[in-house]
Amino acid sequence: MNVHEYQAKAILRNFGVPVPEGHVVYNSNSARDWAKRLGEGPYAVKAQIHAGGRGKGGGVKIAKTADEAKQFTRDMFGMTLVTPQTGPEGKFVKRVLIEKGCNIADEFYVSFLVDRATDMVTLMASAEGGMDIEEVAAKTPEKLFFEAIDPVVGLTAFQARKVAFKLGFEIAQVKQAVPLLRDLYQTFVETDCSLLEINPLVLTGEGNLLCLDAKINFDENALFRHLRIRDLRDYDEEDPMEIEASQYDLSYIALDGNIGCMVNGAGLAMATMDIIKHYGGDPANFLDVGGGATIERVTEAFKIILSDEKVEGILVNIFGGIMKCDVIATGVIEGAKQFGVKVPLVVRLEGTNVDLGKKLLAESGLNIVSADGMADAAEKIVKAVKEERQQ
Amino acid sequence: MSVLINKHTKVITQGITGATGLFHAQGARDYGTQMVGGVTPGKGGTKIDGFPVFNTVEDAVKETGANASVVYVPPVGSADAIMEAVDAGIELVICITEGVPVLDMVKVKRYMEGKNCRLVGPNCPGVITPGECKIGIMPGYIHKPGPVGVVSRSGTLTYEAVWQLTTRGIGQTTCVGIGGDPVNGTSHLDVLKMFEDDPATEAIIMIGEIGGDAEEQAAAFVRDHMTKPVAAFIAGATAPAGKRMGHAGAIISGGKGDAASKKAFLAECGVSVADSPAEMADALLKIWQP
Repeated sequence: MNVHEYQAKAILRNFGVPVPEGHVVYNSNSARDWAKRLGEGPYAVKAQIHAGGRGKGGGVKIAKTADEAKQFTRDMFGMTLVTPQTGPEGKFVKRVLIEKGCNIADEFYVSFLVDRATDMVTLMASAEGGMDIEEVAAKTPEKLFFEAIDPVVGLTAFQARKVAFKLGFEIAQVKQAVPLLRDLYQTFVETDCSLLEINPLVLTGEGNLLCLDAKINFDENALFRHLRIRDLRDYDEEDPMEIEASQYDLSYIALDGNIGCMVNGAGLAMATMDIIKHYGGDPANFLDVGGGATIERVTEAFKIILSDEKVEGILVNIFGGIMKCDVIATGVIEGAKQFGVKVPLVVRLEGTNVDLGKKLLAESGLNIVSADGMADAAEKIVKAVKEERQQ
Repeated sequence: MSVLINKHTKVITQGITGATGLFHAQGARDYGTQMVGGVTPGKGGTKIDGFPVFNTVEDAVKETGANASVVYVPPVGSADAIMEAVDAGIELVICITEGVPVLDMVKVKRYMEGKNCRLVGPNCPGVITPGECKIGIMPGYIHKPGPVGVVSRSGTLTYEAVWQLTTRGIGQTTCVGIGGDPVNGTSHLDVLKMFEDDPATEAIIMIGEIGGDAEEQAAAFVRDHMTKPVAAFIAGATAPAGKRMGHAGAIISGGKGDAASKKAFLAECGVSVADSPAEMADALLKIWQP
């Protein structure tokens, strides 16, 4: 789960990590008020959306005065911010962060993440702050420093020191960096982050280290023990269909194609998308109904697939293990009746109670094409959609 | 022969009095697995559908001689359940539970260092040696005993591969579902090593997906050390970057871990790569005949 920059910074502040003073605003008048309360300018005015690259789209501005902060904020509230990470449709700005500006003498990069190779939390740092870190990793990997962290002892002072010296800090900054890095690590483990990224970490003209930007992703599997963090979820930042799907324990991701898919299991769902493409079609979504789907969940899955106007055909691919094929068949029939499916529908069933499931479909009187195996199913739906188009 | 489990494996179920735990304990017993009991703290001394229930894994091991455990405990207690089994001297722990926090798994991995125990999972369908022992949630009847080893991150996609083999008359030594989480107990590479050492396994199907580089590590082992033919499929060729496809591990980040580069590397290492998920068994039959 993602949170906004201002929320990430509030969490960091609670763990003693130095972040700029600032406040989130929802209208431009309070932008001026808050700027004044922060003291003398300049101020950073930052659009709060869940995507990086905001500066490139005009979502980050430096205001010299409180009035200018108000003006910039007003501009941002009216805008749909397009960044390299939002896609061409962009994101509508609803919250703006007003921060006290600072003198930047130098910029660094610091992040923590779970490294799959070592099965440990790893600190990653670079003196190339403010840059796209993936580009640094690709072009100059020697400029990235790593420390794997033993979960029993945590980030040790010597590890933090090693990194600080590698970043080229003077001893005065090393002394600040050690507690800062350890507090970041503490934030990571105590709030169950999956990614904590400070880019840039800045050295101010006064010689202080400050986290100028902060991005945190939380492990969704651990949200049950962080209810306050769970409440920070901003539904405006998410696809409404994905939200609705998640309420029914369906895992749904919208894609650009025209063939809707309903599958059980994430791996098989990905493979079903792949085989549609293999036969010249284009999947409209990823949808995993999960292992314990009920008739209601299958019906709901239908509703979600059909609410995508691009969908010109549906492929249901189920390999029943725990999931019984007759339950799926009943849900498919219910869904088809309830929502009046007007597009071609191909169903491939295999596994537990497959004969009963196929019988139910055949006797339903609905226009459902039955398929044997994945290849047959994909071929049939791709062909059916093409034929519909030609008519 | 087989890997990990066989007809002598004695299994306890952690979380046996929960609906899921009991359902699958019964299913495994019906298949012929030696399901010798279960653990639910506070219900020790009782019985559920003939299974003796114990308060601790230690008690269960002492009374039943179990050497394997399957964990259906919900995410809040899964890590603790795994560590309890490790502590009690269980040699093989299979964690089926989906949704275990990744930092819990980081601790579990550290805890298991130097201990004589293997973990499979979490978030996996389990392990089956057809005709001998089934531990997990897979439908038993789609399998049949034979010479092919199967290893996969995914549940239903494994069933797909197994079914393709079985309908062509080819059976399996053991099918191992390693699970879709980023930090897990057993990797593709670990299982390939076991299959290479298992005299009964003649050929292998490996099913991978986008994200991470576990499939590449396994492929390098195939190239450098394996004598047995390996076929593979990588799911997620059509998945967009930055989107998590159900499994927490299945995400392309920073342009790494995409299906095309994985497939290319596998092919370079001498693995027969299936173009489509419908051709997993056929990809194996191209390089091996039973």
